[in-house]
Order: sequence, then C-alpha cells, then structure tokens
Amino acid sequence: MRRSYLLGAGLAIMVAGMANTAMAQSEIKIGEINSYSLLPAFTEPYRKGWQLSVEEINAAGGINGKKLIVVSKDDGGKPADAQTAANELVSSENVAMLTGTFLSNIGLAVSDFANQKKVFFLAAEPLTDAITWAKGNRYTFRLRPSNYMQAAMLVEEAAKLPAKRWATIAPNYEYGQSAVAVFKKLMSEKRPDIQWVDEQWPPQGKIDAGPVVQALAAANPEAILNVTFGADLVKFVREGNTRGLFKDRAVVSFLTGEPEYLDPLKEETPDGWIVTGYPWYSIKTPEHDAFLKAYQAKYNDYPRLGSIVGYQTIKSAAAILAKANSTDPEKLIAATEGLSVPSPFGEITFRKIDHQSTLGAYVGKTAVKDGKGVMVDSVYRKGSDYLPGDAEVEKLRPKE
Amino acid sequence: MAFYFVQFLTGLASAASLFLVASGLSIIFGVTRIVNFAHGAFYMLGAYVAFTLTERFSGAFGFWGGMVVAALVVAAIGVLVEMVLLRRIYHGPELFQLLATFGLTLMVEDLVVLIWGPEDLLGRRAPGFKGAVDFFGQNIPSYDLFLIALSPVVLGLLWLMFQRTRWGVLVRAATQDRDMVAALGVNQKWLFTSVFAVGVFLAALGGALQIPRDAVHHALDLRIIVDVFVVVVIGGLGSIIGAFVAAVLVSELNAFGILIFPKISIILVFLVMAVVLIVRPWGLFGKAEAPARRTPGLTVYPWRPLGPGERWAAVAALIAAATLPFVSGNYALTVGSEIAIFVIFAASLHFLMSVGGLASFGHAAYFGLGAYGVAFLAKMAGLPMIVSLLLGPLLGCLGAAVFGFFAVQLSGVYFAMLTLAFAQIVWSIAFQWVAVTGGDNGILGVWPEKWAASPSHFYWLSLGIAALAVAVLRIIVFSPFGFALRATRDSPLRSEAVGINGKRIQWTAFVIAGTVAGVAGALFAYLKGSVFPDSLGISLSVDALVMVLLGGVETVSGAVVGAIVYKALNIWLVSQTDLSKLVLGGFIVLIVVAFPKGIVGMLETIRNRRRPSLPKTALVTSRIETAE
Repeated sequence: MRRSYLLGAGLAIMVAGMANTAMAQSEIKIGEINSYSLLPAFTEPYRKGWQLSVEEINAAGGINGKKLIVVSKDDGGKPADAQTAANELVSSENVAMLTGTFLSNIGLAVSDFANQKKVFFLAAEPLTDAITWAKGNRYTFRLRPSNYMQAAMLVEEAAKLPAKRWATIAPNYEYGQSAVAVFKKLMSEKRPDIQWVDEQWPPQGKIDAGPVVQALAAANPEAILNVTFGADLVKFVREGNTRGLFKDRAVVSFLTGEPEYLDPLKEETPDGWIVTGYPWYSIKTPEHDAFLKAYQAKYNDYPRLGSIVGYQTIKSAAAILAKANSTDPEKLIAATEGLSVPSPFGEITFRKIDHQSTLGAYVGKTAVKDGKGVMVDSVYRKGSDYLPGDAEVEKLRPKE
Repeated sequence: MAFYFVQFLTGLASAASLFLVASGLSIIFGVTRIVNFAHGAFYMLGAYVAFTLTERFSGAFGFWGGMVVAALVVAAIGVLVEMVLLRRIYHGPELFQLLATFGLTLMVEDLVVLIWGPEDLLGRRAPGFKGAVDFFGQNIPSYDLFLIALSPVVLGLLWLMFQRTRWGVLVRAATQDRDMVAALGVNQKWLFTSVFAVGVFLAALGGALQIPRDAVHHALDLRIIVDVFVVVVIGGLGSIIGAFVAAVLVSELNAFGILIFPKISIILVFLVMAVVLIVRPWGLFGKAEAPARRTPGLTVYPWRPLGPGERWAAVAALIAAATLPFVSGNYALTVGSEIAIFVIFAASLHFLMSVGGLASFGHAAYFGLGAYGVAFLAKMAGLPMIVSLLLGPLLGCLGAAVFGFFAVQLSGVYFAMLTLAFAQIVWSIAFQWVAVTGGDNGILGVWPEKWAASPSHFYWLSLGIAALAVAVLRIIVFSPFGFALRATRDSPLRSEAVGINGKRIQWTAFVIAGTVAGVAGALFAYLKGSVFPDSLGISLSVDALVMVLLGGVETVSGAVVGAIVYKALNIWLVSQTDLSKLVLGGFIVLIVVAFPKGIVGMLETIRNRRRPSLPKTALVTSRIETAE
C-alpha cells in the first residue's frame, strides 16, 4: 500500500519535475528509516501514524505553503543497512532531514552518520540513553521518553511497594542492561533498604522460559522487575502463570502496557503489574480524542503506541521545518532547541540542553477485561518531570 | 532438592522440543546430505498452520487433531519443495542445496507476515494440560510433563521405523553409503522424498507443539535453526540417539548454567559444540565419514589462469569500474564501495571454500575482527587511517590463526560448524564486553580521514584494494601452494603420499582467507563509520556463502560475480520494497533452478560447449572420477 502510494507520488513528482523544475521549490522532502521488514508488528502502526500526519499537514496547506513528502526506507534491522538507506536519502533524494529508527543501535548508527555528514536527525523510537547523553551530538534529537525517563516513572511507583527483595529479568543486550542498571540505581537511591536477590538475562528473542521462571522463583523475591517484551514476554508470562511465579508478588514492567506488547497476551495478561504504556481506550483529552477519531476514521483500527510515535515524529518535523523556514541543518537545530509543539499527549518541548523531547508516558496497572489485556488506573507522566537536573545532564553529554 | 529436580524436569521439557526438530534435520542430512536451512521455516510454518487449525476447530479433538494435521500439511509442502526444487540440484556442487533452502527461508519469512499478519499470535493452551502439578511446593506445568513423555516415544517410534522396517534399512544404508544403495537398484528419488517428508513432518510437529507455550511470529525460524544444527552436530550427523542426547545435554546445561551464570544462554550451545568437536571430531555418536567419492573441483572444467585476452578484458572492466565517479552521484559511489568490499570478502571465502575445499559457516568472524581491529586502533589508540587499515586486519589474521588451527583438524560439515561456533563465540564477546566493544551499541565515529572521506576517493580506495586482493588470491591459486591446497582438497590420501603436509597447508589457507576477510572488514568499518557486532554475525557469514554459491563454487571468479550480483540486488531491493526478502529469496531459488552451477559456472559451461577441444578434457575428468 505504502509503496504504491509513494511510488505514485514519486512518479507524479518526477513527471512534474521534468515538466517544470520550479515544482521542486514547492515541496519539502523528509527521509524516514525504520525496521519495517524485521519488526512489522511495531512498524506497521508506526507507518500508519506518520501517513496520517502527512495527510493532515498537506490538507492544512503543507509547510509554509510547500507540500510535505516523506520518503521511507527499510533498514532490515541492521545498522549498516540503515546507513546505506540514510546515504541514499541524503545523497539521492536530497531530503531536508532524517527521521525514524526503532532499535537503539540503529538509532545510534544513524545519529553518528548525521553528525558526520551534518544532517539533521530526529530519532523517533530508540530508547537508549546514549543517543541524547553519552553519545549525543548536536544534529540529533529524540522524541520518545528514554530508558531513564521510563525507569524514573516506574521507580516512583515501585518505591511505594513494601517489597524489599527484588529480582530482575531483562533481555541480554544494551536496552535490557541499561534499563536494569538505571532502575536499580534510582530505586536504591529512594529505598536503601532494598536487596537485589537475583537477575536473569535470557538472550533477546530466545528465552528458555521454563528454567528462567524456575530460577527466579527459587530466589524467592518479593517483587520482580521485568524488561522483556514481544514474544519473550509472552513466553515468560505464560510460563510464570502456569508455575505461579506472579502469585503474591509485585511486578514492575517496562513498556508492557503498550498495545503492541499487551494485546498478544489476551486472557493470559497478568493482573496488577505496574507498567508504562499507552491506554488509548481511557485517555480523555481533546488532543487525543481528535487524533483517535482521525486515526480510526482513516484505518478502521485502533492506534498502538507506534502510531502515536509515527504521527508525532512527522508532526514535530513539520513544525521544525515551518519554524526554521529553511532546510539548512544549522537553522533546523536552532529552530528545534526549545521548540514546543502540540501532541496527542499534550504539549511537548524539545530541550535545548540534551535534545530530548518531553513527551511522557502513561503509568498504570494491567488487568484483564473481556478476555483482553488493558491498563487501568493510568496516569500521564510528563517527560519533563523525570529527567535529571541540568547540571547532571551537562556532565553526561560530551562537550562539543 | 525439590527445586533441582524440577529444574531438571524443566530442562528435559526444553530438550523435548529441541529434539523433535533436530531429529528431523538429522535424518534429512544423514540421507540426502542436504544442509537444510529451511528446516526452521518448516518449523515456523507448522506453528502457524497449527495456530489456524486449533483456533478454528475447538475442543480436545480439534486441538490435537489440528496439530497432527498441521504437521501433515507442512510435510506435504515439504514433499512439493523436494520434488520441484531439490531434486534438480542433488547433483550440484556440495552445499548448493544450502543456497536453495536459504532462498526458501527468506521467502517464507515474508509470506507468513503476508498471510497471518505482523502481530504475535497467542495460541490456545492444550486441553487437559492447562495447569501445573505440585511437586513439594514447586510447580511443574503438566504440558511440560507431556513433552517429557512424548520425546522418548518419538525416539522409540523412530528407532522402530529405522530398525524394523525395510524403509528404515534402506535409509540407514543410504546414510552410510548412498552410492552403494543406488548401485543396488534402490530408487533413490522416492527414498529421498520420503525421508524429506518425515524430516519436515517432525519439524512442523515440533513447531505445532510450541503453541501452548510460545507466541507464533515470523522470526521463529531463525530462533531455532542454528540451535538445531548445533544439536545435530553435537550428537553426530545422522544419529537420532545422538540428537536426543545432545538436546538433553544442551538443555540441562542451560537450565543449571543460568543459576550460576545468568548470561550464559547466549553462548552456551556454541561453547558445548566447540568443546565436543575438538574432543570428538564427529560429534558424540557420529562416525567418521566415508571418504567422498566425488571430487569437488572437477564438475565444471579444470581451472586455468586467465589468457592474455581475458586479462585485458579484466583490466578493461576494472578501468570501466574506475570511471564510475565521473558518471554517477555520491550514493552510487557509496554502494559501489560497499560492493567492492564484499567482493574482497566473498573472494576470501571462495579461496577457503573452493580452492581449499573448506566451507566455513563463520567467515564473518574474521571480517568483523578486522573491523573491530580498525575501530580499536583508530578510536582508542588514535592511529592514522593508513596505519589502522594496515594493522586492523591483523586481528582477523590472529583470530584465523588460532581458530583455524582447531578447525582444519576437521572436515566437511563438522569443519563448517566448528567455524560457526568460533564465530558465535567471538560475536558474543563483542556483544557482551560492553566496556571495550560498546556491546550491541557498537563503536561509533570511525570515519575516514580527509583524503579518503569523499565518496569518490573512498570508492577508488576500495576498488583498488579489491582488485589487488582478487589478483593476489588468483596468483596464490595458480602458485605451487595453490596446487598443493587443491591436491589436499581433491585427495587427502594421495597428496599426503606425495609428501604434502595437508593440515599445515589448510591452516595457512585459513589464515590467508581470514586476513583478506579482515581487510574487507577494515574497509567496511571506515565506510560505515562504525562497527557493530552484526559484522561478526551469522547472517553476514551466510551472505558470504550465498555470494560464493551464487557465483559458482567450482569456478575461480565466481565469488566476484556472485558478490556483485547479490549485494547490488540486495541493496536495491531493500531500498525499493519492504518485501525484499520475498523477492530476493525467489530470485535465489530461480537462479538455483536455472543455473545449477552458479552464474559463472553456467557461463563457463556455455562457453566451453562452443570449444572443439572440450571432449578430451571431459574424458580425462571422467577417468579421474572413476579412479577415485
């Protein structure tokens, strides 16, 4: 679908371009890269989100009168291929900026490319703290709340639990490792009385759930931090339910409330996990209502968190381009630093200090309703409230 | 105590699912010698079809019936694949079937998403096996107990089938010596087809049985295929009992290993395989392979250096390639550089595989080591680019020297799997040692210096090094060393008799190939400006294999053509469509059927057909083959 849509658009542009080169002056191109073939479950809703965004922007007159075009590429889940795609977008398609990416290592690869080639890059989904802090650079901005922010939101709730013996389970790669590390650090600061009794590190996508669940249970923790997601989460939850791992134990879990991860669990959804996520069914704000209505009208489907991210990425990009009124990367950076834009979650700001947006997340509890997993008692947590102080951030970011 | 017993049972349950799939692979390999890369794809299809059937037909009968029917349906697909595709290429070069099944796997990965949608699917729990059994306060899922009971039953049934039926006798005979079985008048075609069907049935059943424990998704195949290969090799190829023991061994080591080293899972199977193969070169229950009758190097035409005309043509092609910067933009140049780098990489594997007769499944290790070598030198030691480029590949050389020493003690698929194990061990070190390698977030900022930074300069640099590498490798092929290497490949006994130290020659070849791969990796690091564990990974190793096979494993210049065609097509397809795997897989399958000797192999056949002098050569060839 997207292909034909883009192809059609592309052909139209080519024909128009040949007829009249002045046409090129009346449009702005954005390059977009994501792991469409590797992670279709997450990138399909994401794509729908940004397509809706493009449609709305152009219906409202485009960017300062220019038509917005998004050229989208697949990276196959490989950093090296993402760089090839970035190169094509910049060299052949002459895009004004790069956006997108899902996996942290791909986000970092593209951000390094952007830094080297002096191209503006708005990272959409990668969660790693490194992209804005340890390996941050002036050409890269990031939309989604980072690992640190999600951990801080969860710690706030977790610290209220009486549990003192904690165990962790996380996929064995950078995302899992840094999520656990940040959570432990923040949690131990708030609750020095806590003991960490076990940690499990199944390989991402290859969890052998039975032995892992058994090993966790053997450590007899009072609470568990979970960072697994996707198919690993399904296996972990199923095995945990059967073996009674979650009985009388509190569980705090990254991202599990996002429809992408919660929906596949269906009636197996565990009860009362503290999670971050996106309860699209219970958000009652005018901004979100407008988004939800438009999304459902266009696709006859409900949005996932990816839809929000895709939608907001392109909305933010358009706002940046409109404010800069130029495609010069330096002007784009100047326009983005401190820029506030509306979003379905309320207004967000791209911070000058570390180029992180203040988009937040919903924190709530899981429950089963009509055989489906849902989030209940969810509250929106603003991203700006869960970032460290400016002095600390300055220490984290390399000097220019 | 109860805990350890339950943990033991849990390990057995994991072993059960591994064994089912592994036994199928082992049977197929034992008889047909097909390295069936698509085995994981059949496993995944079994899970998907069973999901659909069990959702549609409720109740116990619908569930269990659905599982068996799903396995039968997938087995029927397997028969179709065997008859339409594999039958055409049994006589192709060794490992050529790997290419075909790899193409199929790519296609299936995209097809399941098209048919069943991108989301993870959650199947039903098994009727009657939904809960857990209490064992001194520990819960054992009853479905685990069912799996634990099932696998010895399957093992017993297979044993009966192989020991007590005429079909089983024939299969065992074919496993030991298929040429003899053919000579005795057994219809090999149907024997192979039936064996393939049984193997695929077991894979699909293994997939279907995962429904109550797992989510069904489009990456299931990759998750299992490598582990299953490892289990089969640890057990000894073609040995069902070996597969069973190996599955139990690996699963139990994992179940107890994670209690002490929670991060062990990622590497455990490869460690076990490396140790087992070093101690027992044919796996736990395997037997030494009978010496191969067919001489690998002779199915096309005897190799010869390029004639004067061909040399000029090669130079002209190089000059034509060097003019690219004058006619095209930056993107084409970057793609050109990448292709040149992969030409080096493929040529290095080709040297090991075609000239040395040693097919490595882990060649990316030396590519990646070269890349990391550069990254360490440039980022940590701050050395200039030229020095890094020269010294970086030494890391690949060093790795090849160490691992090659152990690997060349083995041959055939065991060699291939040991190289895979070493590559995975290197990969997991790069992946885990975050403090040094940055883990999977890699090392960033390895950009070329100013003089090489512009796309055209870097393209010329890559092209020049590629031309140099290919030329040097060709010179080695036609040097006395090259002849000695080919002699070792074609007849280990005879070459030993004339005084060639085969192992040392092969080891040297391994080091040469590793170093050249390291050169490619070093350039790759500068091209991308960053290094990730991906560049050590299995998929890159497989890519290199595909390039060599596509070009023609039995030709001298196949790797160059294969690398150019595969890489260019891959980059173009990924850029053009989200279904790049489907199209690329289809293309590979088509090539396999149309050009069973690879692209260059086919061209040579056509060219030689036009030459009058040919019959003499063919005669010599056949006489040598008979003599073997």
